[in-house]
Amino acid sequence: MTLALNVFTIVAVVLGLVFFLAGTVGLLRFPDTLTRLHALTKADNLGLGLVVLGLLPQVAWPFGGLKLIALWLLALLAGATVGPLLGHAVWTHARGREPPP
Amino acid sequence: MSEFLLVAALCVLGTVALGLVAILRGPTPADRLSAAQLLGTGGVAALLLLGVATDTAGVTDLALVLALLAAFAAVAFVTQRTPADVVAEPASPPAQEPE
Repeated sequence: MTLALNVFTIVAVVLGLVFFLAGTVGLLRFPDTLTRLHALTKADNLGLGLVVLGLLPQVAWPFGGLKLIALWLLALLAGATVGPLLGHAVWTHARGREPPP
Repeated sequence: MSEFLLVAALCVLGTVALGLVAILRGPTPADRLSAAQLLGTGGVAALLLLGVATDTAGVTDLALVLALLAAFAAVAFVTQRTPADVVAEPASPPAQEPE
């Protein structure tokens, strides 16, 4: 049983790393700000999510696992607020509209 | 298993180092901030991997604080700067008008 959990951890963490790398490469390669923002929020949420998912079977249940899930939710919420906030600021400037007060 | 987690943490730090290049290169302040946001999350992931690999107790709390601060940094950036600064090429140091 623990072998299956370990394999699950390895697969999930490796996938998380792939998303982190993809996001970082996306951040470097994409032409303008908004596409970079898109790339990074994908990597950010998915990379961290998969790493947390991979770590869940390794930590002591329930407190360790619940803390990891809480951290993941916080990262998701943070990403959800920061992404549109930054995108809005960039978008309203690019379109020449003044942002609503 | 813990060796794998340590190697994974190293890889995450590698991608974070790659993200540093994005901070140097990013023309507009918004790019720099988005790179900083990715570094924050990369730091959180590396911390978690190290914490679980070495079974130290307080590391998850540390990662929680880092995730929180990364979010606050971005919010502070957007609310304190007028959109013109957010996208402007930083030819001269951006004027800090009082809000």
